[in-house]
Amino acid sequence: MSKQFKQIHCTINGKERDVVVDVRASLTDLLRNDFTLTSVKKGCEVGECGACTVLIDGEAFNSCIYLAVWADGKDILTLEGLMGPHGELSDIQQAFIDETAVQCGFCIPGFIMSASEILESGKLYTRKELRKLLSGHLCRCTGYENILNAVEKTMYKRLQLELPEYLQDLTVK
Amino acid sequence: MYDIKALYEAESVAHAVQLLVEHKDADIIAGGSDVLVQMREGRRAGKELVSIYGLDELRGVSIDEDGAIRIGSLTSFSHITKDPIIQKYINVLGEAVDMVGGPQIRNIGTIGGNTCNGVTSADSASTLHAWDAIVEIAGPQGVRRESIHEFYIKAKKVDLRPGELQIAILIPKESYKGYYGHYIKYAMRNAMDIATLGCSVNVKLSEDKTVIEDVRVAYGVAGPVPLRAVHAEEIGRGKAVCEETFDQVAAAVLQDIAPRDSWRASKAFREHIAQVLCKRALKESVRLAGGAINE
Repeated sequence: MSKQFKQIHCTINGKERDVVVDVRASLTDLLRNDFTLTSVKKGCEVGECGACTVLIDGEAFNSCIYLAVWADGKDILTLEGLMGPHGELSDIQQAFIDETAVQCGFCIPGFIMSASEILESGKLYTRKELRKLLSGHLCRCTGYENILNAVEKTMYKRLQLELPEYLQDLTVK
Repeated sequence: MYDIKALYEAESVAHAVQLLVEHKDADIIAGGSDVLVQMREGRRAGKELVSIYGLDELRGVSIDEDGAIRIGSLTSFSHITKDPIIQKYINVLGEAVDMVGGPQIRNIGTIGGNTCNGVTSADSASTLHAWDAIVEIAGPQGVRRESIHEFYIKAKKVDLRPGELQIAILIPKESYKGYYGHYIKYAMRNAMDIATLGCSVNVKLSEDKTVIEDVRVAYGVAGPVPLRAVHAEEIGRGKAVCEETFDQVAAAVLQDIAPRDSWRASKAFREHIAQVLCKRALKESVRLAGGAINE
């Protein structure tokens, strides 16, 4: 077997990294095993459940079906990268708590990374569009409604727009 | 870890050709959303791979000097949907590939991969057939072009010879100028599902918008490879824009399609929805083209 390993250079959660990767490794393998970024979940490992979702150059990818060697030169963001300097939660993470969008929690890091891409776009989406944008994730606990509420509310907050009536009624606090 | 025997990363198209010639048993991996999944399933386990994912020169949409729309084979589905050239001239293709899998799959999946795996259900395939796309292929003998209709040989088999890789998909100017189209995917779920049947239709209307000058109807999952409903097209050509024409075209598709019974749906059901989808997609195409629809 010729080249079994390859050295790559990439940015992970804002830090530049040089790492030697096994060419057979998925990006999930690299992030979990080499950097202990365990928010990146191993779910289906065939790109269906979305639990392993990370942002690569700002776009959401299933890291389980992304070869680690392809990360060379890329900017990768995992859930851990959303944390503030003193361990503060980001607004979208807090919204998941406020809206009781979390039960077992396994799907949540992936959902939040897709939500990050959606929110970073700075666009105002309808609830129907948000449903489609979040459709690459499976959640077996919550039934999705609270997750949608959390993402939609955060979107309105970031855009400094007033919440539509149907979302105001749902406010727990 | 994937069961990859060896991975060779191409640094240019010429390098990719060289690697494919040197490693005759290697499979090409583009985005990997088919190849890696099949490797996990065991179907491609232990294979050598030539990765072309790093070839940025094969990404993006542009217009050639002769007016053809050039889509680099590695352009992801999401980038096709967002592209201003696609939106302006062949928006239906952007809509069709926006129905593939889910958002993350649309970020990694490529239009080249979607066509090279040769499956009849590929969401881009019926629309590319409906618009008479041309496939551009690089190989040891240089670059050659082939109609997408000839590119598909049989189920899961496309005309890629030893050492060759697809580098672009072209939509010639005469194929898109004045045409408007619509694609309907019939599936059990709205996301993460494979089409039970896909129907892509486009039309070119006369100047006064009352006559169908040309109509093209293509299907996915209506046969082993994506196909065109040539009899139905023949019947629609030159006819007046009216309900009767729509019905005649839709009824005629049964002469062209050959769906089968599968666990997803029966042949009879596919034949039924083939007619319904054709009529709906045709009406929507006519509406997009500026024709009057009386309902």
